[in-house]
Amino acid sequence: MPTAERSAVDVTSTSRGCAPAAGAAPHAGIAVERVTRRFGTAGGAELVALADLTLHVAPGEIVSVVGPSGCGKTTLLELICGLQRPDAGRLVSEPAALMPQRDLLLPWLSALDNAGLALRARGVSRAAARATAGPLFERLGLAGFERTRPAQLSGGMRQRVSLARSLLAGKPVLALDEPFAALDAITRAELQAWLGHTLAGERRTVVLVTHDVEEAVLLSDRVAVMSPRPGRVVTELEVALPRPRSRTDPALVQLRAQALAALGGRA
Amino acid sequence: MLPPALALALLLGIWELYVDLGGVNPAILPAPHAIARALYTDRQTLWSNFLTTAREIVLGIAVGVATALVCAVAIHFSSVARRALYPLLVASQAVPVPILAPVLIIWLGFGILPKLLVIALVAFFPLVVTTLAALDAVDPDLLKLMRTFDAARGRTFRHVELPGALPGLFTGAKLAAVFAVIGAVFAEQTGASSGLGYLLSITTSNYEFAETWAAVAILSAFAMALFALLAVVERRALPWAYGGAR
Ligand SMILES: Nc1ncnc2c1ncn2[C@@H]1O[C@H](COP(=O)(O)OP(=O)(O)OP(=O)(O)O)[C@@H](O)[C@H]1O
Ligand SMILES: [Mg+2]
Repeated sequence: MPTAERSAVDVTSTSRGCAPAAGAAPHAGIAVERVTRRFGTAGGAELVALADLTLHVAPGEIVSVVGPSGCGKTTLLELICGLQRPDAGRLVSEPAALMPQRDLLLPWLSALDNAGLALRARGVSRAAARATAGPLFERLGLAGFERTRPAQLSGGMRQRVSLARSLLAGKPVLALDEPFAALDAITRAELQAWLGHTLAGERRTVVLVTHDVEEAVLLSDRVAVMSPRPGRVVTELEVALPRPRSRTDPALVQLRAQALAALGGRA
Repeated sequence: MLPPALALALLLGIWELYVDLGGVNPAILPAPHAIARALYTDRQTLWSNFLTTAREIVLGIAVGVATALVCAVAIHFSSVARRALYPLLVASQAVPVPILAPVLIIWLGFGILPKLLVIALVAFFPLVVTTLAALDAVDPDLLKLMRTFDAARGRTFRHVELPGALPGLFTGAKLAAVFAVIGAVFAEQTGASSGLGYLLSITTSNYEFAETWAAVAILSAFAMALFALLAVVERRALPWAYGGAR
């Protein structure tokens, strides 16, 4: 499958950010070490978004990042994706594709062509992009919606197309920014199950930003809890539970309470 | 369609009554019925002059669209071009076109070229401004997303920015179509031997105001037709820009 081939190529061709000297072996997974990120504000004062943040993600691992609004979660993902550079610290990551907080689908393209945008961006022809995106549509439960315009899709369907697009970028790392925050509770639960299933079939390293603690323990191998701004990782919780997981599993409920306590203690 | 027709009928009715009841000398402001008669009796002259002007307008808009697109893209891509060209663009709109037109004709001769330039000049500005605004309004998060997809600048432009800017281009084109009609009248004031603008200057100097108004009516109708045509093309070409349309 073309997607797999491409990620294999990407792995060897990269490391980015404050990477060690050129020619060094590519880093597997993600290493964020004592990273600080500051923004200048209109008043001239400095806003420290991230302070001394450390987070490691092993290849193939799914790590959730939870934290209060404004604590720098999106900033962290943009750093991982190479869209921003740290002001201090060291950050190495395999190439990462973003799934943005808003779906950002293009209104003039069909669902299938929206998903294919990641391929078109690299110069793949329209026909080839459709041929590659088609089978993924089947797999993601989007079959039958290929020709639908985003305006006619439900919120849940739009998020699926958006994920399909980021998957098709063929990067080994996926950076998901609150993918289900804007959905109603029922659709969200449905899409959480769907995402768990989809990620199980992919061998990707995933950083999932969310403010939903239940979502975090349901989907990930580890939960990193961030402090309010300036953001740091204050607690990490292993979620060593078999999949598929149930919301009502007492072990999961207990982990959820632990994560909430870590969040609450800092909020 | 009905409300504008009613509004027009009402306006013409008031006009007709005003002139008929002696509010103004009909030799100065002819009544609508006199204009209608002129439209009919002079139909051949009006039609042949209309063809000249229509051709200038359509070609002038085409030149305006082409140069405006090039300019907007250059300004969008290069901050140097933005700083260098934007003030000139604004300044170009302060050029008094009625004065410029004769100068261009003395310079470039009596052919169609100076007329195209005048029309393109007036059509150019709304096109550049709206297209540029639409290009600049593209969501920065979308541009970031394209960067994580390793998109070259040109591909981001082709797949994201340009299609997103098309509604802006159409808005500009609709304004430009109307401005171009006025531009054509200025362009034909000197050095023209045909065209509705030429006819306007002849008939006004001869105090043939019914004929003048007949030419004005045709120009207005043409501006409306161009505007409506562009609106139809826009709806067909960009159904996504209209909520609910499929
Ligand atoms: N480009 C920027 N310039 C200035 N300040 C910024 C910039 N980007 C982010 N910030 C600030 O940095 C802080 C962290 O922002 P960020 O978007 O990463 O938070 P977040 O955790 O994703 O929040 P949310 O949960 O609301 O999405 C915020 O206070 C924000 O205002
Ligand atoms: Mg955010």
